[in-house]
Amino acid sequence: MTHRWGMAVDLDRCTGCEACVTACRTENNVRIAGPEESAKGRSIAWIRVERYYEGDFPDVRVKFRPVMCQQCDAAPCEPVCPTYASHHSEEGLNAQIYNRCIGTRYCANACPYNVRFFNFGNPVWDRPLDLPLNPDVSVREVGVVEKCTFCTQRISAGKDQAKAEGRELRDGEIKPACVQSCPTSALVFGDLNDPESAVSMLSRSSRGTKLMDDLGTQPKVTYLKKEY
Amino acid sequence: MTLQEEQKINADLLRPLQRTTVWFYLLVAFLGTIVLCGGAAWIYQMWYGIGVAGIRWPIFWAFYITNFVFWIGISHAGTLISAILRLVNATWRRPVTRCAEVITVFALMIGAMFPIIHLGRPWLFFWLIPYPSEREIWPNLRSPLAWDFFAISTYLTGSTLFLYLPTIPDFALLRDQLTGWRKRVYGVLALGWQGTTKQWHRLEAAMQIMAIAIVPVAISVHTIVSFDFSMSPVPMWHSTVFGPYFVAGAIFSGIAGLIIAMAVLRKVLHLEDYLHPVHFENLGKLLLMMTLLWGYFTFIERLTVWYGNSSAEMAVFWETQSGSYSPLFWTMVICNFVIPFPILSIKKLRTITGCVIASSTIVVGMWLERFLIVVPSLGTKFLPYSWGSYRPQPVEILITAATFAAMVLLYALFAKVVPMISIWELKVGGHGRPHMITAAEDEEQRALWRARP
Ligand code: SF4
Repeated sequence: MTHRWGMAVDLDRCTGCEACVTACRTENNVRIAGPEESAKGRSIAWIRVERYYEGDFPDVRVKFRPVMCQQCDAAPCEPVCPTYASHHSEEGLNAQIYNRCIGTRYCANACPYNVRFFNFGNPVWDRPLDLPLNPDVSVREVGVVEKCTFCTQRISAGKDQAKAEGRELRDGEIKPACVQSCPTSALVFGDLNDPESAVSMLSRSSRGTKLMDDLGTQPKVTYLKKEY
Repeated sequence: MTLQEEQKINADLLRPLQRTTVWFYLLVAFLGTIVLCGGAAWIYQMWYGIGVAGIRWPIFWAFYITNFVFWIGISHAGTLISAILRLVNATWRRPVTRCAEVITVFALMIGAMFPIIHLGRPWLFFWLIPYPSEREIWPNLRSPLAWDFFAISTYLTGSTLFLYLPTIPDFALLRDQLTGWRKRVYGVLALGWQGTTKQWHRLEAAMQIMAIAIVPVAISVHTIVSFDFSMSPVPMWHSTVFGPYFVAGAIFSGIAGLIIAMAVLRKVLHLEDYLHPVHFENLGKLLLMMTLLWGYFTFIERLTVWYGNSSAEMAVFWETQSGSYSPLFWTMVICNFVIPFPILSIKKLRTITGCVIASSTIVVGMWLERFLIVVPSLGTKFLPYSWGSYRPQPVEILITAATFAAMVLLYALFAKVVPMISIWELKVGGHGRPHMITAAEDEEQRALWRARP
């Protein structure tokens, strides 16, 4: 049985600490822009924690919503790419081939969640930030679009490990960097084709919603709404 | 037509090819400098990455795509108008067609540059072309950008042929009139034209076929350009009206561009005997109709969005209507409707000067229209967390300016090597001075009509 990777995000547990953002950045060699470049819209964050405020001072409530690529089943970013750089993998992931990307940025426009980012310049990591570069992940060149991959490198490593040991993958064995680093376990990752997996069960929860479901993108990320 | 008349036509229309003033060299030097600066800006952008432009997350398309749509729009002047006028056999078209067709070819060339200029990695642009690669990777034919490639290359091929065919007899004339290396060049271009009856028949047939074939091609091209937008789920892009809206806008800006070009040619090359007020008058009427059509499309586009009242679309709607883009929006309305409408609808104002004023504002307005389609929607997409703004940077402005200079430059150079008015067509047409019916004549006609038994 092929896998169908998905994620569940429990908004009730998210404290907005942004550990996931940092972990993702380190794991995936995401380019660091610095304050001036960021102000020019050059920063990249494959996962971000959106903050929304509700109510008037002093009765303000803050809502956090971690947003990463929703790995849509009907991904609007895929058909518009003229070179197939953005395409659907067999396991349902929206994969991006950096070598094949010529930087039309059409996918980034078509993505309603704005989770595709563009390399506006050649990536530089000032010492010592270059030391933890992950050898399993490519460093993206100037002019290509990049995005969250659910840490494909970890997914393949997990599958290889299971195969080497001659067994089935266990639920929760593969953890993308954001999931691994979340202190409150707000993020849950797993196989949606396995009805018993934690992520499947959470996805079926009555608290579950899909972000902008009405657009028909069929995201594989489920947000569990707050209970308060 | 008498021999003298024919000789006068030859002399008048070949004069720009034979005599070159110092102003021409100055103009070429001036425009050439701007074009070179634009080229340098592009190289700079490739060297440092496209981050030197003002585009930023989440506004990934801005000036370059605006220019792309704008120039492809301008290109609809020529071939489309000249093809339609040929098909309906409008005799007044004769002096107009070539100026129009040239605009098409050059505007298309310039427009087609922009998708490449805007690429993150422009040196790989050929991946958009379905070339037989040994890795057997083809472009994604589901992507409107791949359709763009086919549409534009078809249109460019078609309109180049459409320009070339009726020029063959003129090339032959040049071959016969000139000496030296120029004679040889024109000899090659004339494809052995001898003016036999058979050749004339073939030419007429070929032009008839081209004129019919080019109309659907031209319409499909701008429809496909509109698909670049309407095929993605972006607020206010995802609209069924975009196809006809873009085509109407393209023809609108195209006619405006043509009127300006004709007025300039008339002044600079002293073509007062060939480009008459009646040409401007007729094109002005056409422009008036397009003004109304444009107003109608803009209105219904916005009306349906407002009626639909979906929150994401309304955000873009108010952003353009009364938000940060509203100065641009209302300038566009003034340029495209408020100024040209009275000028073009009042007969007294529909003079050459009037038409040129209206056309100039329309060109500005239509550029703004393209900008307002591209940018506000991207800056105000669904999640308010990721809204953004855009400010053009010097590279983008320079490259944009360079393309306008390139257009004028190419046009000027072309006018140096090919007569801007089809000489043989004028002769065939029996070139009488077309005149507008005056009020007195009109009254006379009426009286005659009434007096009939
Ligand atoms: S969230 Fe955006 S980038 Fe990810 S699959 Fe959907 S459309 Fe594509």
